This record gives sequence, structure tokens and C-alpha cells, in this order.
Amino acid sequence: MNNKSHTPFIRIVKISERSNKDTINIRIIAFVSALTAGGIFILLLGYNPLELYGTIISGAFRSKMAAQATIRFMIPLLMSSLGVALAFKMRFWNIGAEGQIIAGAVCASYFALYHDNWPHFLLLIVMFLAGAIGGGLWGLIPAYFKSKYDTNETLFTLMLNYIALYVITYLRDGPWKDPGSSGFPKIARFTANAQIDKVLGVHFGWIIALILVFLVYIYLKYTKHGYEISVVGESKSTARYAGMDVRKIILRTMIISGGICGITGMIQAAGSDMTLASSVAGGVGFTAIIVSWLANLNPFGILLVSFLFSVLEKGSSVMQSTYGLSTYFAGVLQGIILFFILGCEFFIRYKFVLTKKGGR
Amino acid sequence: MKTNETNYAIELKGITKTFGKVIANDNVSLGIKYGEILALLGENGSGKTTLMNILSGIYYADEGTISIDGKEAVITNPNEAINSGIGMIHQHFKLVEVFSAMDNIVLGTKGKYVKSSALKEEILQMSNKFGLEIEPDKKVYNMSVSEKQTVEIMKVLYRGAKILILDEPTSVLTPQETEKLFIILRKMKEQGNAIIIITHKLNEVLAISDRVAILRKGQVVDTVKTADTNEKELTELMVGRPISLEIKRPETENNKTVLRVVDLSVVNEDGTIGLKDINFTLKSGEILGVAGIAGSGQRELCETIAGLMDARKGAVLYNKENIIGKTPDEIINLGISMSFVPEDRLGMGLVGSMDMIDNMLLKSYKKNKGFIIDKKPSRLLAEELVDKLSIVTPGVETPVRMLSGGNVQKVLLGREIESEPNVLITAYPVRGLDINSSYIIYDLLNAQKKKNVAILFIGEDLDVLLELSDRIMVLCHGEIMGIVDAKNTAKEEIGLMMAGKKMKGVDSDE
Repeated sequence: MNNKSHTPFIRIVKISERSNKDTINIRIIAFVSALTAGGIFILLLGYNPLELYGTIISGAFRSKMAAQATIRFMIPLLMSSLGVALAFKMRFWNIGAEGQIIAGAVCASYFALYHDNWPHFLLLIVMFLAGAIGGGLWGLIPAYFKSKYDTNETLFTLMLNYIALYVITYLRDGPWKDPGSSGFPKIARFTANAQIDKVLGVHFGWIIALILVFLVYIYLKYTKHGYEISVVGESKSTARYAGMDVRKIILRTMIISGGICGITGMIQAAGSDMTLASSVAGGVGFTAIIVSWLANLNPFGILLVSFLFSVLEKGSSVMQSTYGLSTYFAGVLQGIILFFILGCEFFIRYKFVLTKKGGR
Repeated sequence: MKTNETNYAIELKGITKTFGKVIANDNVSLGIKYGEILALLGENGSGKTTLMNILSGIYYADEGTISIDGKEAVITNPNEAINSGIGMIHQHFKLVEVFSAMDNIVLGTKGKYVKSSALKEEILQMSNKFGLEIEPDKKVYNMSVSEKQTVEIMKVLYRGAKILILDEPTSVLTPQETEKLFIILRKMKEQGNAIIIITHKLNEVLAISDRVAILRKGQVVDTVKTADTNEKELTELMVGRPISLEIKRPETENNKTVLRVVDLSVVNEDGTIGLKDINFTLKSGEILGVAGIAGSGQRELCETIAGLMDARKGAVLYNKENIIGKTPDEIINLGISMSFVPEDRLGMGLVGSMDMIDNMLLKSYKKNKGFIIDKKPSRLLAEELVDKLSIVTPGVETPVRMLSGGNVQKVLLGREIESEPNVLITAYPVRGLDINSSYIIYDLLNAQKKKNVAILFIGEDLDVLLELSDRIMVLCHGEIMGIVDAKNTAKEEIGLMMAGKKMKGVDSDE
């Protein structure tokens, strides 16, 4: 018999229940540790961490313009996070928000470019609907194939992103090329009639975004559809057993999820870019995945997290220019913070146990 | 093998193991000698399996020591357990389906490569020694449940195990197969092995063991010599108080045929036969028991009637209306209710992460009008069920997966019964329940029967099926082997049918 085994020093134990208070405490500790680790990194580069952190916060709000820029950055992030959260609640891995944003922007841009003689509000409403329908249809494609042939939605939605991106490139270089650009491939700037009005200095997309927070919250929590989404997300066989039409629910939810992303695209094009640029989504659709998970798919959590993300984003760009730092510096700092925040989820579900001496 | 009073093959002292707030094992001390069969008896959740998982290196005890042959041993992983001579045979087999018996037996051993002819010889020799019947070249996917179990046993013996732990080995066997297993176990005992058998079936404990250790709520309440005890005493020790073991079978009148299944055939997704030409009737006010080895077509039968599986041919007539081809939704509205409890308990009837209120909604949320969901009736129903069925839960807002198995079952069955069905299909409703909860479930079913509900009861414990059902239908490989009157049929007869013996003159319509 071979008994030269040793007592394990550390074991990982799963925690079945953790109180809300503990969870919040762990998250706070993670945030503080992230700032500390980031601070050490800044120190090593020879800067004062407190000063740099201060710059990030003040940079995001140092002037009215800066604050407005922060909010402008937040709008698409918030909206697309709400969109993907709907799909994620159903355990449908929609990582195609990018493509859905673009599809919505493209459809809305058609009206902005070719029907800008329509009355202003009619035009905006049509553009809004076009954006929703465009994004919705783009979200419907993977949902259809998933429900019919059980294809992998992760790959499917991801690939559709690239297709959407190339559709813009095609339109830019071909049919929608700005005749007044003297050969330079770009799409014409929207006329003022097709631009979204400003409210309090920022285009009124922020109002739509806030309304969506409430609507998505109510939809998920208090409606039959929302209930169906949670059941399908937990177990498809339970949903079928309860007499739910799982296929219909998947299709419907993905139209809504894609539709919200499509509206994001419309607002981004007509409110921020004032044209259809290939950077209309610009990675927001991917960041939205992180935002919605960090917020635990809770719409109000998404509101908070997307705000913090925007402050970090805007603030670090100010920090970069103030201190003449490399553009990658902010990326590293964001990475460190994300690492800690995502890593703390492990400690919410598990804990380490030190074995007492001799295993006794 | 010499044994004396103090020479334990394995001795546990003061073993304690907690999971979060739950104490699974509380200061457990236990010993077993070579040449002895110890039965570990206890209700579900009493800590039997946890204790054995500690012995086999899957868990590590928080406190306490394990001694093997009088020497203290530390077992931190299954490999160390097997090196110490402990072999565990799990309830759910861990075999590679596409490998032969032989390949599965040597899989993971670290010895030098042995020629397959020599290996075969070795395995056959070893199987003769213990009276195991094994075909080394047979692929696992071609094997019956009891053959697979034999391979599992062989696997641990080949690794040199002297101490065998069997976790509920008889739950998947027919009575005849169980008898065969017991013969093997007795032979192993004679060869000087120590055997621990986990079970909650009292008759088996009495038939096979030398001593019985009874666990209750994580503690060893007593260890008794099998020869000096009886079923009644064991039950009292296990449950903690005297309990009646009689199941009632009330008589009902006005039994009309509610459900008639005609030539029903079902093919599974993977192309295997699920059901083959099934014919039977189900009457109001009767409990039709369904017996059969696990996987004989029970799941397919339930799901086809509930509209979750497509039939290849045949019909299911509900009051003369064919329900094949209807959606689950339409079938629910006809008053056919299914409470299917698959192996993972929560399975498809409940959503584990949701609370009782939301689970009550599962089948009724469509009934209220409008877009917004109304949770008030569900809350009332949930609270009523907690009261009526004495469901133990911190509150109706606790996720149901936090509840114990018995309470989960009560939630599920309670909801189905509240929907006042005409046909109730229930599969394994007492699986994993303690004795007391099981009897509450039987009473619930009988109460429904008295209300003239037609009940299809898929069970696994033959004793219960015989006592509770009016008729018993036996399935084997998706075919009906016979439908018998439960009152005058012997257990052995059903066992033979479960193994594939057709009853002469099968009369499905009485």
C-alpha cells in the first residue's frame, strides 16, 4: 500500500448561499484592490497614482463639454447592453450587437440620405423604426437558424458582425458614396433635418436610453414575455413541458434584442456621427457584453455600470493627453480593473479553506 | 484471514464534513472488518453518500481520521483511495460506452502493457474466483445494466481493492439480478473482503448484511447486528420514531376508460426504439403502475402522452379524441397533467432558480389576461401548499433548488394536483424521498384516485407498486410484457417480466 500522500494545504469550497451584504462587500474589496494594483502600475511608471486617478474623474466632468462627451459615450453602451441583456437572460449568446447596431444604422441612414425632405419629426420617427426593424431582422437571422437547425448562435452572431461591417464599406465605396467628396470614399453628412435634436446639450438619445432602462426592467420582471424568457433561459425542456412555444419565444426575444441594438445604431448615426461611418458601432457591442454581465443583467445595474465605464473611457483619454501617456496605458489600466471585477465573481461563488494542521 | 475484535479493515473516527451551513457528517465513527458486510442505512440526506465519498477520496473531511489496517491514512483523491485498497462502485456507472469490458477494466491503471490474451486470461480467472459472469470482449453499449455493474465491480477488484463500497447497487436491478449480486457479494465476503453497501431498502439490508450502521441527520445513531434486528426496529432507528409501513389501496367505483393508447410506437432522436406497439387503457379512479428497469420506455411514454415527443405511429385517445399531434399547451388544457421527476429531481417540472411563486405560475401564467403577469394568485397558492402539504421552506420566495428533495417533490405534485387534472402522469414521485415524505405522496395520489382521477404511476420500488397500484404494466425495451392485477401477482413474476419474459395471453384491455 502506498501512503506517502500529503494533506492538501488549500481547498476550494463552493458556497451555496452568500448574503447580499457579503456580495457587495466582495465587490467593493475587488474595486479597491483593482485601484491599488493599478496604482502600483502607475507608480512603477513614475507617476503619482492619486493624481492620475483624480484626473480620470475630473477629466470626465471637468467642463460642460467633457461631461456631455461622457454622456454621449454612455448612450450607445447603455442601450446595446440592455439589448444583449434580453438575449442573455434567455441564455442566447448574442455577441452580435455590433452587427445589429450597424444594421439599424444602415436602415435609418437610407431615410436620412434619401428622404431628408420629409418633415423633421416624421423623418426621425421613420428612421427610428427603420433602425429597430433593421437591427431586429439582423438579430432574427441567427435566432431562426438556432431554433430551426440548432446552429451555434455565438459563432453565427459573431460572423454577422463582419458581414454588416462590410455592407457599410460597400455602400461607402459604391451606391451611397458622397458625390461631393471629390473621389474620397465616404458617405455624405446628414442634413440638419435628419439629425437628432439636442436636449440639455446632448442629443435626445439619452432620454430614449433612460426610458428603455425602465421598459426593459418592466418587460423582464412583470410581463408574461419576461417570465417566458427566464424559463426558457433556465431550461428549454421545462418551457416545453409548461406548454410554451420555445421557438416563438427565441425568435421574438431576438427581434427585440436586435431591435434595441438597431435603435442604438440609428441614434449613434443621427445623433453623434451625423453620417453613416464604418465606426458606428466601434466595439460598443462587445463592451456591452461585459457591462450587462457585470450588472448581473439588471437594467438599473446596467445603467450604473455603463456610466462608470464611460467615465473611465472619457477620463483616461483626458489623462492620456494631460500626461502625454501612450494610448495603450489606459487600456492596461482598464484591463487591470476588469480583471479584478470579473475575478471577484469567483470569490462570490467559492471560497478557499486552509486545512488545519494534520488534517484533524 | 484472521480477524479479531480490534482489527478493523477500515476505521473512521470523528469524521465531520460540512457544506456551507449544512452538516453532512457529524462526528461519525465507524469500523468494518475483513470478511464482513456492513450495510449503511439512512434516509436521503442522512449523509451516507458523503461519508463514502470521503472514503473514496472524492471529498476531504473537515475533521476526523481514517485508519486502514490500523494505520492512519490520508485520502485526498480517488487514486489514493484505490492505492489504499478502497474501491467504490457508484450508483451511476462510470464506464466508456464504446470500449470493451476489458478496456474499461484496465483503463487508468498504471501497470506495464499486458498482452490482451494474457489480460483476458487474468480477468477470467479473477471473475471465476468471485463468481462474476463477464465477457471481456463485449462492448459496454451492448450490455445490460447488471452486466455493466459487473464490469464496475471487476474494475475495482482488478485494481486490488479489498474494501468495496457499493452505493445503492440494487436500485437499477430486477429482483433476480439483485439476488445474483448478493451471491457475488457473499462470495467476496468469504474471500476476506470488506464490503460496505449503501441502501435504503430494508429487506435487502436484512438479506445481505452482517451489521447495520444507521445514519440520521449526519450522525451514526446506532450500529446493530443484522441477526438481532427486524424491519420495524430499523425503520424506527432510521426515521427516529415509529411509523406505519402500510400503503392503502382505496376502492373506487364508476371507473370509465379515460385514456386509450393504441399501437403507439415512438422512435428516439438517436434512432433507437422508444416504444413499440404499446396498447393499454387507463381508467378513472385507478392507479396504473408502470414497472420496468430504468430506460425501458417510461420517459418516452410520459413525454408522448404529454405531447413533448412525436409518435411514429399509433394513437392516444383521450375520451375518444386523438391527442397525438396536439401541442403540450392544448394537452394541458384538456386536463392531462404530468409531473415527471427525472433523475436530477428538478428536471423539467420546476425551474430550480425560481421561487415557489414563479414555479406556481409555470402552468397558469397564460390564464390571466393582458400583458402583465399577476403573481397574487400564485403567491396565495404557494402559501396554501406550504400549509397543506407542510412544505419546509424558509419562505415562498426561496429558490426551490434550495429545498430538500421531498419538499421539491411536494411543490411539484402539489401544483399539478391543484390544477385539478383528469389524468395525472407521475414518474418516480418518491425518488430520493425519505419514508415519511413518501407516505405523504402516496396519500396525495390516493386522494386524487378517490376523486376519480386516472393516474399513471411510474415507479421503481416493486413493493410500493404492488401495494399502491390497481394494475401493473411491465415495460421492457419499449414493449409491454404484460399488464397484471396488482392484488394477486408475486414480485418475482414482475421481475421476470422486467427482464423480458412476456406474459402469456397479454390482455391489455382487461
